[in-house]
Amino acid sequence: MSAHLTTLQTHLESVLVDKIETSVIALGELTIEVAPQNWLEVATFLRDDSVSSFEQLIDICGVDYLTYGESEWDNSGSGFSRGVKREFSFDGSDDAVEAIEFEGKRFAVVTHLLSIKHNHRIRVKSYCDDNEFPMMDSVEGVWNVANWFEREAFDLFGIMFNNHPDLRRILTDYGFVGHPFRKDFPLIGHVDMRYDEELKRVIYEPVSIEDRTLVPRVIRTDQRFSPAVEGDE
Amino acid sequence: MPEIKNFTLNFGPAHPAAHGVLRLILEMDGEVIQRADPHIGLLHRGTEKLAESKPYNQSIGYMDRLDYVSMMCNEHGYVLALEKMLGIEAPIRAQYIRTMFDEITRILNHLLWIGAHGLDVGAMTMFLYAFREREDLMDVYEAVSGARLHATYYRPGGVYRDLPDTMPLHEKSKWYSDADIRRLNKNRGGSVLDFIEDFTQRFPHYVDEYETLLTDNRIWKQRLVDIGIVSPERALQLGLTGAMLRGSGVEWDLRKKQPYAMYDQLDFDIPVGTNGDSYDRYLVRMEEMRQSNRIINQCVDWLRINPGPVMHEDHKITQPKREAMKGDMEALIHHFKLATEGYCLPEGEAYAAIEHPKGEFGCYIVSDGANKPYRLKVRAPGFAHMSAMDELTKGHMLADVVTVIGTMDIVFGEVDR
Repeated sequence: MSAHLTTLQTHLESVLVDKIETSVIALGELTIEVAPQNWLEVATFLRDDSVSSFEQLIDICGVDYLTYGESEWDNSGSGFSRGVKREFSFDGSDDAVEAIEFEGKRFAVVTHLLSIKHNHRIRVKSYCDDNEFPMMDSVEGVWNVANWFEREAFDLFGIMFNNHPDLRRILTDYGFVGHPFRKDFPLIGHVDMRYDEELKRVIYEPVSIEDRTLVPRVIRTDQRFSPAVEGDE
Repeated sequence: MPEIKNFTLNFGPAHPAAHGVLRLILEMDGEVIQRADPHIGLLHRGTEKLAESKPYNQSIGYMDRLDYVSMMCNEHGYVLALEKMLGIEAPIRAQYIRTMFDEITRILNHLLWIGAHGLDVGAMTMFLYAFREREDLMDVYEAVSGARLHATYYRPGGVYRDLPDTMPLHEKSKWYSDADIRRLNKNRGGSVLDFIEDFTQRFPHYVDEYETLLTDNRIWKQRLVDIGIVSPERALQLGLTGAMLRGSGVEWDLRKKQPYAMYDQLDFDIPVGTNGDSYDRYLVRMEEMRQSNRIINQCVDWLRINPGPVMHEDHKITQPKREAMKGDMEALIHHFKLATEGYCLPEGEAYAAIEHPKGEFGCYIVSDGANKPYRLKVRAPGFAHMSAMDELTKGHMLADVVTVIGTMDIVFGEVDR
């Protein structure tokens, strides 16, 4: 299987020379990175080329890299409260969101493809250029199933898909504001919804519960997985 | 000449045939569907976002609640992705147990599907028959995990515990007389494996009963044959997997093509349809139940003669034994760390897929080295199937929408996540 993947990797690298940014085989999976402006072209090639021949699109998902590698565990203090250190507040005000400094490309679109003919898979990552207005080409014309997956990525992450036939929200409520899977969107949300007895209708109110961290997020380097890493955790 | 008006019809979200909370906006020309626009998300709970705020093991229970009629298969997809990143493999006995429970789950799923599908198109009896067998299998779930539905039985590194030596018995109550109790407990004298084996002896006969009721039934065929035809090319374009793909004649099953757990050691066949209509998918799933039964039988035989550990020995990842914790300091530390913090995955990303009863179920995990996933994406087969709704119903009558929903085997827990 891995020899087969290496062959595929070599083939793709030789044909799509300047279109592939990086290509890695890790954990038995081939991942290539493609710039957003080349994505549509590469997608069409991956489907039609006889060696790759990815007839089926398995999945498209967005990833928000805003807080990647950030630990909530502050080693300077003591007691459990040290575990809930946060760089930014979750009170929903715009100032708090703008306060996050982020360098590099924030949004990625990850696509998983499957070839029934050759029985292999590939993962294609594409980082959107603009963090404020992430934009990609839609591959709905290449694989029809992309339609809903792209709608989902748009709904949850706010990633726009160029030339998508019907880019509407899909999972969130009618009239929902914001993109809930972004890392700066609080887990508890912004609004509560309840039925008001006096107004005789459903109303929205600012959220009444508090965000809690039960288990802090902690990053540890494990010697077993990376023997080359220097020092202990 | 009467004037014919076009209608926009709202179907659901609380329609009995909507299999949960599907809302369909149907544009109709008379009784013919012009366009179907499914509105999903009414059951969206943000499972993936919730998982980002919890240690890995705490999300196993959420997986049960995705496709809530094939619980252990969802868990399997998730723990496989974790194991792939951790670089561990479950002991062989745990792998066999997983394989057996995957197939038990497949039967559970297909039984609910045939029951609900039958009910939708007018075969009331099927529902009662299917639930009779589901009861036995849910008792097996309960025997190993304590829960009838949301088991949380699989763990990265194995399964929570070995199969119990005794099958729980029914007790006398004001609803059950002594005679009832004797009848109910007749097959439960031995171990869980005895009970499962007894079930596999009975089950082929039950499938025959279902087929007697449905396969040549005139009404059943009138409602299913030539409804929702998908060509193999379109099936691939529309992202259909599982029985939806095999019904169209594409021989593709991850259990054979990209084997996981113990499937490469077991003997079973993959049924494939020819016409790609609802009736073929019905036949494919019926045969899958028989094949699952075969697999369970082989697993039972193996499990009987091969005792062994069911959990990986690396206690940085799996909980140590209870007895060890009482006397061993290191075991106690391991337990404390796992309970309060969990374990960290190495930085990287992985996708693991299994052949879920409904199609390809996969988990894509991005880890930045923390004790919680940075991003977890659940690839649910039902989501892709649902998106094909428009194409499958176009040009059909309103009543056929119900057949198409049934044949897609939709469960909203996984579609909306």
